[in-house]
Amino acid sequence: MFPRPIEHAPVSRRIIYQVMLPISLFVWLLPLLAIFMTSIRSAKDINSGNVFGWPSSFDLFANYSGVFIRSNAGQYFLNSIWITVPTVALSISLACLAGYALAIYKFRASVPLFFLFIAGNFVPFQILMVPVRELSVQTGLYNTVTGLVLFHAAFQTGFCTLFMRNFIRALPFELIESARIDGVKEWHIFWYLVLPLVRPAVAALSVLIFTFVWNDFFWATVLTQGESSKPVTAGLNALNGQFVSNWHLVSAAAILAAMPPVLMFFLMQKHFIAGLTLGATKG
Amino acid sequence: MKKILASLVTAASLTVSSAYAGELIIIYNDLNPTPKAAFEKVVSDFEAANPDINVKLSINDREAHKPAIRNFLSAGPPDITAWYPGNRMGPFVDAGLIEDISDLWASDPNLSSSFEAIKPTMTRDGKQWGVPYSYYQWGIYYRKDIFDKMGIAEPKTWSEFLAACEKLKSGGVTPITIGSKYLWTAAGVFDYLNLRTNGYDVHNDLTAGKIAYTDDRIRATFAKWEELVRPGYFVENHTSMSWQEAVAPFASGDAAMYVMGNFAVSVMKEAGLSQDQIDYFPFPEITPGMPRAEEAPADALFIPSGAKNKDDARKFLAFVARPDVLSEWNGTIGQLPPHSEAEVSEDKFIQQGMATVSTAAGLAQFYDRDAPAEMAKAGMEGFQEFMVKPDRLDAILKRLDKVQKKVYK
Amino acid sequence: MRSGHRNSLSLMPVLFIAPALLFFVVYVILPIFQSFFISFHEWDGLGEMTWIGFDHYVNLLDDDRFYTSLKNNLLWLVFYTLSVPAGLFIALYLNQTVTGIRLYKSLFFFPFVISQIVVGLIFSWFYNPTFGVVGHVFEFFGAAPPSILGDERYVTYGIIVAGLWPQIAYCMILYLTGLNNVATEQIEAGRLDGAKGWRLLWHVVLPQLWPATFLAIVVTVIGALRSFDMIAIMTQGGPYGSSNVLSYYMYETALSEYGYEMGYGSAIAVVLFMIMMVFIIAFLWKMYQDEKDWR
Repeated sequence: MFPRPIEHAPVSRRIIYQVMLPISLFVWLLPLLAIFMTSIRSAKDINSGNVFGWPSSFDLFANYSGVFIRSNAGQYFLNSIWITVPTVALSISLACLAGYALAIYKFRASVPLFFLFIAGNFVPFQILMVPVRELSVQTGLYNTVTGLVLFHAAFQTGFCTLFMRNFIRALPFELIESARIDGVKEWHIFWYLVLPLVRPAVAALSVLIFTFVWNDFFWATVLTQGESSKPVTAGLNALNGQFVSNWHLVSAAAILAAMPPVLMFFLMQKHFIAGLTLGATKG
Repeated sequence: MKKILASLVTAASLTVSSAYAGELIIIYNDLNPTPKAAFEKVVSDFEAANPDINVKLSINDREAHKPAIRNFLSAGPPDITAWYPGNRMGPFVDAGLIEDISDLWASDPNLSSSFEAIKPTMTRDGKQWGVPYSYYQWGIYYRKDIFDKMGIAEPKTWSEFLAACEKLKSGGVTPITIGSKYLWTAAGVFDYLNLRTNGYDVHNDLTAGKIAYTDDRIRATFAKWEELVRPGYFVENHTSMSWQEAVAPFASGDAAMYVMGNFAVSVMKEAGLSQDQIDYFPFPEITPGMPRAEEAPADALFIPSGAKNKDDARKFLAFVARPDVLSEWNGTIGQLPPHSEAEVSEDKFIQQGMATVSTAAGLAQFYDRDAPAEMAKAGMEGFQEFMVKPDRLDAILKRLDKVQKKVYK
Repeated sequence: MRSGHRNSLSLMPVLFIAPALLFFVVYVILPIFQSFFISFHEWDGLGEMTWIGFDHYVNLLDDDRFYTSLKNNLLWLVFYTLSVPAGLFIALYLNQTVTGIRLYKSLFFFPFVISQIVVGLIFSWFYNPTFGVVGHVFEFFGAAPPSILGDERYVTYGIIVAGLWPQIAYCMILYLTGLNNVATEQIEAGRLDGAKGWRLLWHVVLPQLWPATFLAIVVTVIGALRSFDMIAIMTQGGPYGSSNVLSYYMYETALSEYGYEMGYGSAIAVVLFMIMMVFIIAFLWKMYQDEKDWR
């Protein structure tokens, strides 16, 4: 265990460590705490310049509900859900199929295709921006939730395929082989044998893709315009313009916008971390 | 048989056209409470006068509307959209995305007679493309109470202006506030300095690309600007402030003047100032005897060429052009109606604004509407940079010339 | 039965891959080529496209804004990768088994889960010279607070610091997982040999953490070159374009309020893409080598 386990260190060191932990966490999360404090402040405080001092009143409910009442935040949230959830479902489905193919079958194109998916995940968005926007406009998908879902699903497929392929590769191949010898059709092997086994990977991917797509700002800005399909990230930018100098409202909006992935994270930590760190270890 | 078929077709086409007739889709671009309420009132008044028309209104935030419009004009356009005239409508008009409404201008009793001053702004290639609903004066808004306390009168000439700034500064007050994070605020200062130093024609030649930025006359404008920048008459850290954030020092008394448009008054009041504490004077004279041109940008409504319900859209524009509608609307938002017969509110700013604008030798539309987009962006960035680093003037002007050559080919 | 099986085996991979591949080609692969194509045209996104060959690229060479963006991208590349060692040190710091350490680890990871837009907003207020924490700190020491986001000298660094916050959290989690899987026998052996502290870290632990380090570097480099959200929300490339990066400059030119130059923007995107391809190919090559070893 590295560094030296603290239990083996002198008591004084242990105590210092235990004391430093919460202090260092406080410093690390200071920006978040600051924004939370701002979000429960009253408008009076903000206007009189009392932004980081002790609040004169605690307006948590007023501010957070104010965000919804005074703007389209509710619509933005719904849009985010409508965009994120189908994307997760679609990209994982596509990736399970593709990952299975790349992992199980030996064919000449499998390694190049695999690397194509990886590389595609790393390209800068800007190289896709103009053509994807044009495509969306011409197919009538511009400024629709569907348009965003289709794009995000396509783009995330790269990462998801990489993930699923590695995961499926790690499964014992004898299971597949014996099923084949038994004459089980390929599709049934995939559906009844492999899919149940990859549930942990699917869980991890779901959480990750949810976070990435929920937090996306660029494509929300490029592919949507009006209030009807705008998700929270682009909406936050608009709210920042609308509530200018109303820091308490924008902070509340920002915290609300950040909430769902955070909740997801705390509820499904193990999966989240498993998803991010696959490839960080071998074996 | 043929008769039955014919009547079926007629019936079908009637239902199709009546599906569109009767629904009017409008996209507006101001979510701030007062303008939003004012426009919603216009819409409901229109619906009351035209019970067979149902308006579907959606409103974008002002900044979000700017990239949005270039998308929705081609993909799923509404029947009416808000936008800006002058060079700002240029790209869309040239691409055939806006409906030519010269016919409406010729036939409508209001548009054909009472919009003469503003008609050139709405015209391109000899045709009219939109209907202006409001315009507003720019000038210098100042803290009357601070001026009175320090014994400063409204400056009329440049030397009086500099003297006022010096007096304010030595009294511990920053003379001028500005929030240059949104670049157009600096452009407002440039426009006025240029209009006052060189006049309306030279300014228009510059924005039309006929004069270089390194021209001596433009250098003279910057020399005047430098007289404000060097002694530190502008508020500090303005590059990170939006124009609304720059109201804070004005409201708290740390700054006493603001080169702004009339829309800022409501924000100043929201920041806690009373009507008596704020007053207005037109930008002072720089070159003695130079005819006074003013900035008076207009807001307008347009019909996209892809709109489905152009008939009702024209009706809406005709409704908007009525003097009573314009008076009420502009009265609420504190701006000027472009109809020469329309009543103007009694508010002191509007009255002074009306006086300023109606006696102007020419009306400029603002740098980012008079100059094409790419030039405007480079120019405004140059202005902001100059305000922070006046020593770089030469490099900035040379760079602007380079952009000018590229843009105005 | 045998031959039927073989036929179905050769057809099956195609069927399985086809849907994903179709999406990917349409939305990712094809657009890359289309962007190249557009970059050879003059187009305002509204009207007709006109062929101008390499003119945009020639203009780029003479464009101050382009060089500013390039310089800033370089700064991002250099300083953003600090998140890798920073993540390692925090991971080492937290790699103890005291009560509640799991909660600490989760909370330290928190910033990564938040949208970059929110992080950008938070730091914008932090840096505000009038009421931000930075302002207060400077005033406490009696100095005039700098306007970090308004000063061309500091602005890019200020944004990078904001970006580092979630990125360090990400590297930290990679290293924490890696540390969990470090072979304890090797460490014990090292300790018995008398190695400790830095030497132990450098010679025994770090080599075992290579997969984590590699992944951290890959994601961080890609992130540094791609970064857009922070610049968009914090400065929009300002003041007067001094914090611009290629990704934002491209967006500005093609799609923003004053930008109607799709062709020029596409040329910038192509340049950014080529720069990133250098790194992507290097990474893929390394991954390929690792794959071969692993088989």
